[in-house]
Amino acid sequence: MLELKNISFSVEEDGKRIEILKDISLTVEDRKFIVITGPNGSGKSTLARIVAGIEKPTAGQILLDGEDITEKSITERARMGVAFAFQQPVRFKGLEVIDLLRLATGNKTLSANAACDFLSEVGLCARDYIHREVNSSLSGGELKRIEIATVMARKARLTLFDEPEAGIDLWSFQNLTRIFKQLRDNIADSSILIISHQERILSIADEIVVLVNGRIEKHGAAQDILKEITGTQFAVAPCGRMEM
Amino acid sequence: MLPMDAVQKRLLAEVADLHDVPMGAYNFRANSKAVGRHTTANIDIQSKPDGTGIDIHIKPGTKNESVHIPVVLSQSGIKETVYNDFYVGEDADVVIVAGCGIDNCGTQDSEHDGVHRFFLEKGAKVKYVEKHYGSGTGDGKRILNPVTEATLAENSSMEMEMVQIKGVDSTNRMTRASLAAGARLVVRERLMTHGAQTATSGYKVTLDGEGANADVVSRSVARDTSFQKFDACIVGNAPGHGHTECDSIIMDKGKILAVPSLEANHVDAELIHEAAIGKIAGDQLIKLMTLGLTEQEAEEQIINGFLK
Repeated sequence: MLELKNISFSVEEDGKRIEILKDISLTVEDRKFIVITGPNGSGKSTLARIVAGIEKPTAGQILLDGEDITEKSITERARMGVAFAFQQPVRFKGLEVIDLLRLATGNKTLSANAACDFLSEVGLCARDYIHREVNSSLSGGELKRIEIATVMARKARLTLFDEPEAGIDLWSFQNLTRIFKQLRDNIADSSILIISHQERILSIADEIVVLVNGRIEKHGAAQDILKEITGTQFAVAPCGRMEM
Repeated sequence: MLPMDAVQKRLLAEVADLHDVPMGAYNFRANSKAVGRHTTANIDIQSKPDGTGIDIHIKPGTKNESVHIPVVLSQSGIKETVYNDFYVGEDADVVIVAGCGIDNCGTQDSEHDGVHRFFLEKGAKVKYVEKHYGSGTGDGKRILNPVTEATLAENSSMEMEMVQIKGVDSTNRMTRASLAAGARLVVRERLMTHGAQTATSGYKVTLDGEGANADVVSRSVARDTSFQKFDACIVGNAPGHGHTECDSIIMDKGKILAVPSLEANHVDAELIHEAAIGKIAGDQLIKLMTLGLTEQEAEEQIINGFLK
């Protein structure tokens, strides 16, 4: 279980203090699939990065299974079972897809077959990809799917996805929805927190959080919140998103 | 084959991946003395009459054979220059593994300067692997100044893999190549310097015949206070393609100087140079840390991948 208690985050810009997140309190129970939506600039990605330890909150407390992890590093949190899928996946010259999967699973001798299984889940023809370098020869969509496969391979207690739909074409998007449905069905004792505007992803959530100007404006069961936000910028259809 | 001691065997494993006597032709040199030589029906190795090195003759049409000519220095204070000439016959297809390992536990400098010349006849194909490695705790420096010269006849091809990852205090490497029509040269250089090491790597490749093709790619990492200079020049005298790329990671207080140059003397010579120097991107470190690696482990992983 993840608990955020009174999390605030601010940065200083041109001598002015800008509040990005204001007094956020949120609990992500085990076996829950929660989607955070909200307009651009509302602080959604920052919140995910704070949970992963990439940013430190200026105030507040983060607890994972009751343990205070506010001061823990990215590495410590990862080892405690926090996984994070980047909105814009990172490219590496020389590192191959299988290298990332080996690091993600912690299994240095992960076989090509086992690696293939992870890639097949994100719709990549695995044999063509396991020895590809994670560099600029891969398209944005391919990279994104590899990023998702890598994070799924971690089988973490808490998995964070920052806009998994960003940079993915419509065909891949349909697969993405399928992947998240599968994740939802096989959630076991883990929990999933996704930053997304996508109606299809919102529709499979247990709970939806609407973040506006760094504050939680709405939080509740998905079916209730969806009724209020469907058709707005918080819950767009795939084509709508592409036209934006 | 004369026996070698443990240090020499370790150096041999580092520079030639050899744990035993290799198959095929070989010439082993340890502390300025020949310690073993083997020739085959197709590959002959002869000492030069003046004792300055060896001549390797590979018969035309020789296929799937290899030549190993590793050098190890385990005594402090040795300084040597060796001239090795390779004559590769028409349509031969061989692997040549060179490389030098120096272990210097003494106070005097140890230096090996290998001058390798390759003469590839028409259609010959060579894969050349050269690894340099230094070890030992002495104050004496480990110095390697290799010169490689390749003359590629029509439609011949050469692939060079040059690796220097650890322990060489000073290196000044020069590689020259001239390519006749249809000849192809591929160079993959990997270099890491640390401590106060200095490394200079120069290339001068001339495309002399129509359809000649050269691709010279260097990846390097400069750590601590080390200094590297990459100086690559491709000259296009005929219609052909030349590409050179220098991609470096700079760390700590390292310094890197990349001096690319292209010279086109023919309107259909297509020459490209790419150079990039930068530190490890913060995002790369963060990504690997979110997979559970410490910052230091992430850094090592990135460098190992980059230099793989």
